[in-house]
Amino acid sequence: MIVHARLSAIKGIKLHEWIIRFVFGGAVCVVAGLIAQRFGPVIGGFFLAFPAIFPASASLVEAHEKQHKAGAGFDGTSRGRIVAGIDALGAAMGCIGLAGFAFVLWIWLPRAGLAQTFILATLVWLTLSIGVWLLRKKRVLHR
Amino acid sequence: MHHEIGELLARFLIGGIIVSFFAMLAEMVRPKSFAGLFGAAPSIALATIGITIAGHGKAYAAIEARSMIFGAIAFLLYAACVSRMLIRLKARALTATIALMPVWFAASFAFWLVVR
Repeated sequence: MIVHARLSAIKGIKLHEWIIRFVFGGAVCVVAGLIAQRFGPVIGGFFLAFPAIFPASASLVEAHEKQHKAGAGFDGTSRGRIVAGIDALGAAMGCIGLAGFAFVLWIWLPRAGLAQTFILATLVWLTLSIGVWLLRKKRVLHR
Repeated sequence: MHHEIGELLARFLIGGIIVSFFAMLAEMVRPKSFAGLFGAAPSIALATIGITIAGHGKAYAAIEARSMIFGAIAFLLYAACVSRMLIRLKARALTATIALMPVWFAASFAFWLVVR
């Protein structure tokens, strides 16, 4: 299947689902800052990769797929859970890109400008994440 | 005091916006395994590193980034376990994601013991 984007997909997101994501996202950034303040940057840094929003996102993926199947007259419970599992597998692949992003920040931040470092780190994140996804899709990473 | 509250408020607002942005991207793109890549987007780092540098300097932020590498590996282990539990056992997403959260903490703690 070719990667594609559907703008119409975001119309189906309810207001409370946006609020959940916004509040969880904001809260984890505050908590990460407070932990770094209290325990120092070594411990605080771990929380820059804390999967705080993940439970809410996975639940919403499951609920959307279930609703989608219910609309077609099927019980989508099992299908919703499988799709949430596929989404989680994608997140696991994205973590390799996330580690690459952090690696670039670690190496480049003390030496280069913030904007340059962020641009490079974001490019590395995208390249690694998409690269791993493509490798898996082409079954290079299959057992 | 005012400065600290201002910083926390900035973290909350910027964090909320960036996390919502990546969540929107994840909703829009298909297939779902590709959309999942955005579930591990560097949203917290993008939202907070600039503020951290303004308050503590680049060297401090670089130390955080080094720990973030290990946090990301812990996230990978956690997400892989969640995926397996959802696909193989057909567990409820909220149950699986919360029940397996100790995987992230345990892996992060193990890494911390190594790097501290």
